[in-house]
Amino acid sequence: MLNYIIRRMLYAIPILIGVNLITFTLFFVVNTPDDMARMQLGIKRVTPEAIEKWKHERGYDKPLIFSEAEQGAAKFTHTIFFEKSAAMFAFDFGQADDGRDIAYEIKARMLPSLAIALPVFLLGLVVYITFALVMAFFRATYVDFWGVVLCVALMSISSLFYIIGGQFLISKLWHLVPISGYGSGLDAGKFLVLPVIIGVISGAGASTRWYRTIFLEEMGKDYVRTARAKGLPESIVLFRHVLRNAMIPILTGAVVVIPLLFLGSLIAESFFGIPGLGSYTIDAINSQDFAVVRAMVFLGSLLYIIGLILTDISYTLVDPRIRLE
Amino acid sequence: MTMLFKPVILWTDSLIYLLVIVVLAFVWHVRRNEHMLAPWRRVGHSASGMAALTVLVFFIAVGLLDTVHFRPAVENNDNGNSEKVYSVEVLSLLDIIAAPLRTRVEKTYSAPFAAHLYARETIELPDGGQIREFPRLQFGGAHLQNPEAQLTADVTWRAAAGAGLGVFVWCVLVILLSASLAHRDNVGVLYTLSAIRRGATEIPWNAVLVTLVLILSLLGAALALSVHYHILGTDKVGQDVFYQSLKSIRTGLVIGTLTTLMMLPFALLLGIMAGYFRGWVDDVIQYIYTTLSSIPGVLLIAAAVLMMQVYMETHPELFDTIAARADLRLLFLCIILGVTSWTGLCRLLRGETLKLREMEYIQAAHAFGVSHWRIISRHILPNVMHIVLIATVMDFSGLVLAEAVLSYVGVGVDPSTISFGTMINAARLEMAREPMVWWALLSAFGFMFALVLSANLFADAVQDAFNPRVRTWPVKAGKPYRRKRQEEDPETKPNAATAKDVISP
Repeated sequence: MLNYIIRRMLYAIPILIGVNLITFTLFFVVNTPDDMARMQLGIKRVTPEAIEKWKHERGYDKPLIFSEAEQGAAKFTHTIFFEKSAAMFAFDFGQADDGRDIAYEIKARMLPSLAIALPVFLLGLVVYITFALVMAFFRATYVDFWGVVLCVALMSISSLFYIIGGQFLISKLWHLVPISGYGSGLDAGKFLVLPVIIGVISGAGASTRWYRTIFLEEMGKDYVRTARAKGLPESIVLFRHVLRNAMIPILTGAVVVIPLLFLGSLIAESFFGIPGLGSYTIDAINSQDFAVVRAMVFLGSLLYIIGLILTDISYTLVDPRIRLE
Repeated sequence: MTMLFKPVILWTDSLIYLLVIVVLAFVWHVRRNEHMLAPWRRVGHSASGMAALTVLVFFIAVGLLDTVHFRPAVENNDNGNSEKVYSVEVLSLLDIIAAPLRTRVEKTYSAPFAAHLYARETIELPDGGQIREFPRLQFGGAHLQNPEAQLTADVTWRAAAGAGLGVFVWCVLVILLSASLAHRDNVGVLYTLSAIRRGATEIPWNAVLVTLVLILSLLGAALALSVHYHILGTDKVGQDVFYQSLKSIRTGLVIGTLTTLMMLPFALLLGIMAGYFRGWVDDVIQYIYTTLSSIPGVLLIAAAVLMMQVYMETHPELFDTIAARADLRLLFLCIILGVTSWTGLCRLLRGETLKLREMEYIQAAHAFGVSHWRIISRHILPNVMHIVLIATVMDFSGLVLAEAVLSYVGVGVDPSTISFGTMINAARLEMAREPMVWWALLSAFGFMFALVLSANLFADAVQDAFNPRVRTWPVKAGKPYRRKRQEEDPETKPNAATAKDVISP
């Protein structure tokens, strides 16, 4: 087991290097630092000195990957690639445009992000599985049919509508919870209710339908027929046999997103004014803070890869047929 | 020679034309091959799928009208010669048809069917005094003498007249359809009509016609009213929201279809190559798509769009008009979305090819010395096309929804492009106004919902027809499937009764 995990982690390294190369190409080769400086300082009437100053402040005034002017190892270390891209492996993300340390910001903002994303994830899983089981239990009846119709309708509504509509209905019309904001400690609770509810509802259509398909596929298998033939009541068949076997595909989809919960949700956080990583990213995109976007891309891929490893491990835990060799 | 207009073919236009040609060629090809036609017949049997297709056809028609671009000629009276000068403004056929909507711009917000502005203004009276009141609109309801008394009656009358015209057109269509069906089957027209009503026709024409009468009466009423009113109100700068909603359709369709067109070459080529050649080719391709797909989609798109913005700022020579600039940005967005989303399909294609290459007929082709290229193009490609098709229709609605989110994040289409995303983005702050401005948001969401819902329903029909193993819709669920049940009578399917309890997976 340990052997396997170590090997999986070693596999992750080339992928992270690949991600790093992609972001390096995107941010420094497609557009040179000069282009970026000109864009940020305004295209017209920008002096070469201003560009040089902008680049120097951010450390973009070095050669891209190879420095002729330096000696020895410094030929490679005093470059943009080494200082900006390779340094990310040591979680050194540098500074944002407002002068703050990105790594520090990320640490501080992870918790608020998690405070919405985790309840949405857990509550969602329970709610979706429950509804999918109900639909599977009443399969081929009106309950099932209208359930699927409802799912398709829910899927077809933009997530922005859920947020704007929910804010309007619950906060503005009924004054139940504050429209947006965030507090520390237990105080945060009243701010989190609305985003969590909306998060669960906006994912309901697609997930419930997907779980229903999984349950029905499982129910068509031979062991279910055997269980029914033994005379087991439908509820036992459903909970003890179908649900347990259906957990394998459901887990695959669920475990992989767990690490990504740290990243939060881009739009929900910015609509509800929650100081998490999602709103951090949006602010960076809007103010064209390239360093922050680069750091978030790297962090996102890292978390995704961790999710993949966790998925593989969780397989062995729920499905004893799978051996990690 | 002078022309009234100068045709303009923007980048996305040419790709849409290409797509139309490809679709037409595909239809022609399918019609000639019975084995390819069979699954499409199953799509045709789905009532919800055909009703959705009817709605989609209308959206596509609006989108295509909005794709034919040109620059109208403007009179040049400065130096007296008859040389035509073309306007810098790029218009489309839709702009010409909807000219009353496009040109009649009010001062600022006005509610749907309003005859007055939404905000009070101070008006100077002739005697020097001032009053604060809601001024009349320049165009909306301008033909009414006394809006307070006449508005409701006028709107009702015009809506009824428009809807009546729509229903009349529908009746003509019904008669034409049943006449042609009756002619084909060599039966009476009345018999065909009753067959359609009962839903006994091969294609569920009753579902199509019910959808059609809804669309036509709504369309008729909307057209009749929009000449005299802003039926969905106006936005902050007084532009008609109905016109903006119509213009958004093309943007949504372009994103939903061209993105797939962009990603198909990658996914097909790499996916089939990885599955067919295996070995190091497989390793390299797997590495590429694992790396790409490990970057969270929104972040990769955001990074790429940011860089595209910088590139377009520093290369203004790529475009000559504002429309060309916006169009280029739309194209880049499609390319970026395509590059970030091909990995899923690629993985599916690789898996399917791995399975196919072990089949006997491909082994036989190897034994006969058929070249790799020929095996791939003649034996593998046709057998993975159903996966491509399903993925294409399934992705469409997701991409339309994604556009709105991306535009909100600030990495979507150009702000000058009218799209659902830019409409929502512009309107969301208006929710905080007192009194609230709700119509722009609701129109954008409503149109988007109609487009996405019909795309989803059609995609489900395609999925069920091409991949019967995965059932997205309940099969024997009451009314909508009555027709199907009649077909599967116990006499034709003796096992149907015994298999009653076991749902088909």
